[in-house]
Amino acid sequence: MSAEKTEREPLFSRKNRKLITTPLGRENPITVQVLGICSALAVTVKLEPAFVMALSVMAVMGIGNVVISVLRNTIAPRIRIIVQLVVIASLVILVDEVLKAFAYEVSKQLSVFVGLIITNCIIMGRFEAFAMANKPWPSFLDGIGNAWGYGWILIVVAFFREFLGSGTIWGYHIIPDSWYIHNGGFYANNGMMILPPMALITVGVIIWVQRKRNRELIEEN
Amino acid sequence: MQELINIFVKSIFVDNMVFAYFLGMCSYLAVSKTVKTSVGLGIAVIFVLGITVPVDYLLNEYLLSAGALAWLDPSFAEVDLSFLSFIMFIAVIASMVQLVEMVIEKFTPALYSSLGIFLPLIAVNCAILGGSLFMQEREYQSIAEATSFGLGSGVGWFLAIVGIAAIREKIRYSNVPAPLRGLGITFIITGLMGMAFMMFMGIQL
Repeated sequence: MSAEKTEREPLFSRKNRKLITTPLGRENPITVQVLGICSALAVTVKLEPAFVMALSVMAVMGIGNVVISVLRNTIAPRIRIIVQLVVIASLVILVDEVLKAFAYEVSKQLSVFVGLIITNCIIMGRFEAFAMANKPWPSFLDGIGNAWGYGWILIVVAFFREFLGSGTIWGYHIIPDSWYIHNGGFYANNGMMILPPMALITVGVIIWVQRKRNRELIEEN
Repeated sequence: MQELINIFVKSIFVDNMVFAYFLGMCSYLAVSKTVKTSVGLGIAVIFVLGITVPVDYLLNEYLLSAGALAWLDPSFAEVDLSFLSFIMFIAVIASMVQLVEMVIEKFTPALYSSLGIFLPLIAVNCAILGGSLFMQEREYQSIAEATSFGLGSGVGWFLAIVGIAAIREKIRYSNVPAPLRGLGITFIITGLMGMAFMMFMGIQL
């Protein structure tokens, strides 16, 4: 341990960069590790709440990973789950209060799902798998990397659901008004995309595309 | 009484935890490989939800919500502790899960070993915390209503996981495109099941 410490690693060594990049694809929290699905599906009707959700998770995970990593040698293994939950819950309360203060509309749309960041398994999972065994800086990178891996899936799903479901992106109309049927055009929004089941199917398709391109991820039945 | 049955049926079918709110998806996807383990986990979830929702209701009613402390002393009527509800709820849930774990280990060791890691993970099953948060948001009037909501959500979750487990057992014999095998097809089937469950939405209770 001390021998390693004398030889300081550069802040963005190859190993540390890897911590950020693998969660984006090969180790993606949603499509490969199957963590944190609940919130990913529920907040993706519109791009804006999805983006806010991704940012909130990133804040909680980055800070939480550092806190747990700093505390890792003082936490007794038997009570670690409770300690982890308390750390997460306090951070989530902070995020919730900040959202209520500065982005009230979005916080209303997210409703209980801000609170449900507490039970977002990505956070617990990364605490267990990484922060409990690593130094603060790599843990921070791991947290940010995983949150971003989670976030980009959220944003892609929300993009398709908002675009196909309401014809808007970030609230701006993309499909010209004159195309719509009620204005004598040919286009109609696909109302199905707004409903819950299509979120699941969209994620299913993303998984399909990803595994088609990266064959080593294919599972046995 | 009729009101209670309405809430119960509504939380099973119309507001199904899995299909309408995507809660508890992680264990839903991970444990649904065989019907047997999913029945065990489903019963554990019903049990935990049935206990935690009423307990959290009492906490919310007499401790946390605005003016709830008035029963202690009229001067506390101004106090609003609702920002503490996340921590309180999760503490109740974590201790309840510990209890359930001990009970299952004592009475059905076989089930205990087959559930493995997923039993402690009920603590972070979003369906449980979600149940308490929805209870708080929907402002149920009495503890009986909160209990029937908790049990109903549990039964809904149970139905969902047993259904998907049965389908996954059968799908092993069919020829799914390779990249879609496992996780992908499970997502898509869940989506289709969700569409089927949406027909309950029109029911007015």
